[in-house]
Amino acid sequence: MAITPEEKQRLQKGSRRGIGVVVVVVAVVLILIAAVVLSGVLNPPTTQKITILGAGATFPCPLITKWSSDYSNVSLKYGGKPTQVQVNYNCVGSGAGITQITQKTVDFAGSDAPLKPSERAAAPGLIHVPETIGAVTAAYNVASLSSGLNLTGNVLGEIFLGKITTWNSANISALNPGVTLPSSQITVVHRSDSSGTSFVWTSYLHLENTGWNSSLVGKSINWPVGVGASGNSGVAGKILTTPDSIGYVELAYTVQNSMKVAKIQNPAGNWILPSLASTAAAAASFTNPPTPSGDWGNVSILNTAGATSYPIASLTYLLVYQELNTIGTSMTAQKAQGLVDFLWWAVHDGQSRGAALVYPTLPAGLVTLDEGAIRSITFNGQTLHS
Amino acid sequence: MGKRYIAEDGSPIEPPMHPFRTSRGGAQRRLVATSGDLIFQSLSTIVAFSVLGLLALIAGILFVAAEESVQTFGFGFLGGTVWDPVSQVFGAAPFIYGMLVTSALALVLGVPISLGIAIFLSELAPGWLRTPLTYVVELLAAVPSVVYGLWGIFVLAPVMRVYIEPSVQAILGFLPLFRGNPIGSDVFTAGVILAVMIIPTISSVSREALLAVPDTQREAALSLGATRWETTRFAVLRYARAGIFGAVVLGLGRAVGETMAVTMTIGNRNAIFTSLFDPGQTISSLIANNWLEAGSLELSALIELGLVLMLVSLLINAFARLMVGRVLHVGEGAE
Repeated sequence: MAITPEEKQRLQKGSRRGIGVVVVVVAVVLILIAAVVLSGVLNPPTTQKITILGAGATFPCPLITKWSSDYSNVSLKYGGKPTQVQVNYNCVGSGAGITQITQKTVDFAGSDAPLKPSERAAAPGLIHVPETIGAVTAAYNVASLSSGLNLTGNVLGEIFLGKITTWNSANISALNPGVTLPSSQITVVHRSDSSGTSFVWTSYLHLENTGWNSSLVGKSINWPVGVGASGNSGVAGKILTTPDSIGYVELAYTVQNSMKVAKIQNPAGNWILPSLASTAAAAASFTNPPTPSGDWGNVSILNTAGATSYPIASLTYLLVYQELNTIGTSMTAQKAQGLVDFLWWAVHDGQSRGAALVYPTLPAGLVTLDEGAIRSITFNGQTLHS
Repeated sequence: MGKRYIAEDGSPIEPPMHPFRTSRGGAQRRLVATSGDLIFQSLSTIVAFSVLGLLALIAGILFVAAEESVQTFGFGFLGGTVWDPVSQVFGAAPFIYGMLVTSALALVLGVPISLGIAIFLSELAPGWLRTPLTYVVELLAAVPSVVYGLWGIFVLAPVMRVYIEPSVQAILGFLPLFRGNPIGSDVFTAGVILAVMIIPTISSVSREALLAVPDTQREAALSLGATRWETTRFAVLRYARAGIFGAVVLGLGRAVGETMAVTMTIGNRNAIFTSLFDPGQTISSLIANNWLEAGSLELSALIELGLVLMLVSLLINAFARLMVGRVLHVGEGAE
């Protein structure tokens, strides 16, 4: 194919115009960069910035993100200079958080499950700081049920084992006298991804149902029946769109989606609706905590005593090295101070941020425990908070 | 065919210049142009071979990462039906099965519709309708799969549960394939979503194949007194069948590897299903679900599944080439 002179002229003009555009763009970018650099030189920033990295559990993610943005506005003074502490928390999941703190690529981690013995051995010196409490609800979608639903751990176990398959089963009716239950089949919804929520839920079923053996307890298990959905939001959505379904969802998600949740019978024999108050009550009844640096592997606030305690609750933890120089060269005295001050703020002032996001407030006993834990943190042997 | 150049005053004009040259003659310039060619040739060769290198690298790294699982389970991995992270037992069979069934279902539902679209667009549609309709069909291919997944959860799954699955069950319920309690999040729904997703691929590629059939074919058939349907069937479809087969394989490739939309609709149950109304799991949906928090052996098993997926895709492609090359006569079809 040949090109006519007119076309050629047009092509050349086009390319010349193209070069012109590139020159203009480059010039503008250069001017902008120069302006930014110059303004930095002329007005040196008056506040210094400390950046703290965290990673881990997705459950406390909204709360920690809120803390991070609120704390960056708290005016602090380190070494006489105004300081901004910026906390960056990556919601990558508990397992990934533990891996990262073990490899010391983050300054703290979040985990829904306490460290297992093997994990403690791999990262000696990590302490547990419970920062908030979670509750797992039995959420259901049965259109004809308007009066609420009572369930026990044992019956929930039978449903999730596939032994109870219809809503009007005698076992469910016995718990709900005077309630007309439909004869429809129960659709069980569970998590398809690995999750601390599943761990809490299956641990509870194991406690309550003798048929739910220990091979069915874990963050990800081989479910006997049901449909899987990813994430709390996925399970919530699946329940909302599937009639006659039941599944387990974190409290915050059921509140946000106005889902119907079952009352669960606690060890005191009372039927308890999951709420911020009944979850906090479960944590308040928690006794004999281990020392912060001790073995938390068996800590559980499932089925705690207390007349108003919701039985399916769990603590979620921040994991920090007790001696912060363990992290290595990326940790400085100032950063260590920033991290400890942030932790202190989180378990005190930070708690009031929780209610709007449907996180319970830590009871006084746990705050005292956390204070002890935070006071024990050192950098090069120096205590950071007295 | 070059254009003819005639100046307005009728005088002869110079032939146009070689596009790489800015002046006539100039040996220097030509040399520059040649070395440019050389650079371009070697660059594009490197780029082409880097694809091979990348593939080898991916396969190699997957293989190394899958070693733990290969050593623990051996070939039993492919036949294992249990996926239990608590007891650390992992088997691939339910996921390979789930992938094959959903893809087959997608083809069964998607291919006839795609062919209908392709035939309509190339043979029947009036000119004014052809272009806009083609755009719309191809637009379907541009919808991100997560959007298909959301649509699947909130629109398709309820419709399937309330209307489609019970009516299918009423007619075909005597088959074990359609028994059980239809819940909407199942293999059938995933198959339908996949069918919708592969329709744009199959229909636009087969449309190209049909358009490549020379008009002389159609004219010859029509001149012999064939009806429009006979012309399409014997002169056009037969001629283009290799191309159409290639289109179907492309669609199958998409269905086999599709992750997000399937994960969101299939119900994510790690077991072999007998009814299409049961939840299931495919290789890619299992990987998507369990990747983030998998322990060391589970991660290794997931990576081995990734290798299996890659192998299956390779086999499908190789099989397709073989079919196109051997069974159908090469050269007869439109490439």
